[in-house]
Amino acid sequence: MSDTYEIDEDGDAVEPEVLTLPLDAWHRARGGRMVEFAGYHMPVQYEGIIAEHLWTRENTGLFDVSHMGQLVLSGEGLDAAVEAVLPIDLSTLNLGQQRYSVLLDANGGILDDLMVQRWPNDLYLVVNGATKWDDIGHLREELPDEIGLNLLDDHALLALQGPKAFAVLERHATGKWPLSALSFMRFGLFEIGGFEVNISRSGYTGEDGFEISLPAEAAEAIADLLCGEPEVKPIGLGARDSLRLEAGLPLYGHDLSPETSPVEAGLNFAINKRRRSEGGFPGADRILAELANGPARKWVGLSLEGRQAAREGAEVFAGNEPVGVVTSGGFSPSLERPIATAYISSAHAAAGTALEIEVRGKRLTATVTPMPFVPHRYHR
Amino acid sequence: MPRYFSEDHEWIDVDGDTGTVGITDYAQGQLGDITFVELPEAGSAVKKGDAPCVVDSVKAASDVYAPVSGTVTDSNAALGDEPELVNTDPEESGWLFRLTLSDPAELSGLMDRAAYDAYVAGL
Repeated sequence: MSDTYEIDEDGDAVEPEVLTLPLDAWHRARGGRMVEFAGYHMPVQYEGIIAEHLWTRENTGLFDVSHMGQLVLSGEGLDAAVEAVLPIDLSTLNLGQQRYSVLLDANGGILDDLMVQRWPNDLYLVVNGATKWDDIGHLREELPDEIGLNLLDDHALLALQGPKAFAVLERHATGKWPLSALSFMRFGLFEIGGFEVNISRSGYTGEDGFEISLPAEAAEAIADLLCGEPEVKPIGLGARDSLRLEAGLPLYGHDLSPETSPVEAGLNFAINKRRRSEGGFPGADRILAELANGPARKWVGLSLEGRQAAREGAEVFAGNEPVGVVTSGGFSPSLERPIATAYISSAHAAAGTALEIEVRGKRLTATVTPMPFVPHRYHR
Repeated sequence: MPRYFSEDHEWIDVDGDTGTVGITDYAQGQLGDITFVELPEAGSAVKKGDAPCVVDSVKAASDVYAPVSGTVTDSNAALGDEPELVNTDPEESGWLFRLTLSDPAELSGLMDRAAYDAYVAGL
């Protein structure tokens, strides 16, 4: 955000204000170290990234992801309008189901990755915090005027993630159906602490878990209820990043961008079957050609020898030949060694290929590794 | 043995013309969990302000600057297996490297403990 400026009434450039989220004071009271992220003050860590990471894998963590954009789309001809901007098949997305998709530009580049839920009359989208304003602008431009677009900025979003998440949430969530009715990528309406909430069984850690959309005024009460359970600790953005990296889940703005296509990124599952035969989504020519012939480069996992990590931007070599660039990298707390992701020329992207990564003038040895690095434990 | 501190949060213990360098407790707290330390090789010449050493945390790699000029004589081999010593004992067993000072007058630009504590309190 440091390179974006707004112009005030006198025409002087001023830095945009960093915004606060509903749980700002709650995080500070629990010792969260606050940083600026996506234009908001957010907790990067509490007791430490490794401890929080391992706690989530062994117990359960509560993540505040209220910076993300919660959008409700409605109106006549909604499905057809949305299928013109996403490669999703909405005819197979039933009430109560959630699906991952990508917002594409005319070249098939990725403008954002997102979740779509089928509501009785509407579609509910969760988009990335850093891109939500651009997404809204893009959607407003691309969607017909009769499609309504409502940003739920009076709602917070919490993620409860980890092997004990179900046991914890079952103590607090009541509704027409038991929480066990939700399997991975299903959602429903429940009540927690007297507030109506939307709970989906999904997340960004590779663990079983839930994402809970709730009214902003309920955020502190519900966060207190959940963190009052002995299995739950609040977890910062730092561990959220190391958890998703181990799970092989791409991070928008790093692993995904307008410069990358969903086929290069290995997101073929997001190009739904009917859309592959019918096309009709942005960049379809390029994407269908990449599906048929294979992309020129692929997003892959890399396991590094030694303990030194490779970071975003590091160049990858096969001998003297530059073959790609690292898009995410860091130390894996669960595996106790460095891991990375990179876009690599397809000729060098097969699992087991030995490569080198240049880090501060040195070459680190790395091997192409299937993702996830740490197995998913979704409740399917 | 006098200990001096830099504004970049390095400490240096000086014994004759030998200095032992590490990062402060404040610095390790800011960096978070340290997972790897790239140490300088013995014999390498460093100038005040050079970055002969890199500390890797889960999130990022951070330079450690030489608080004074000199020639590296030794580095802390224990950090190869236990980089977390920089977190748990940054100002003693988590030291980083030793050097022979080439210009001891540079020490006059550093802070003593009281001045450093006041500097950190003002951050």
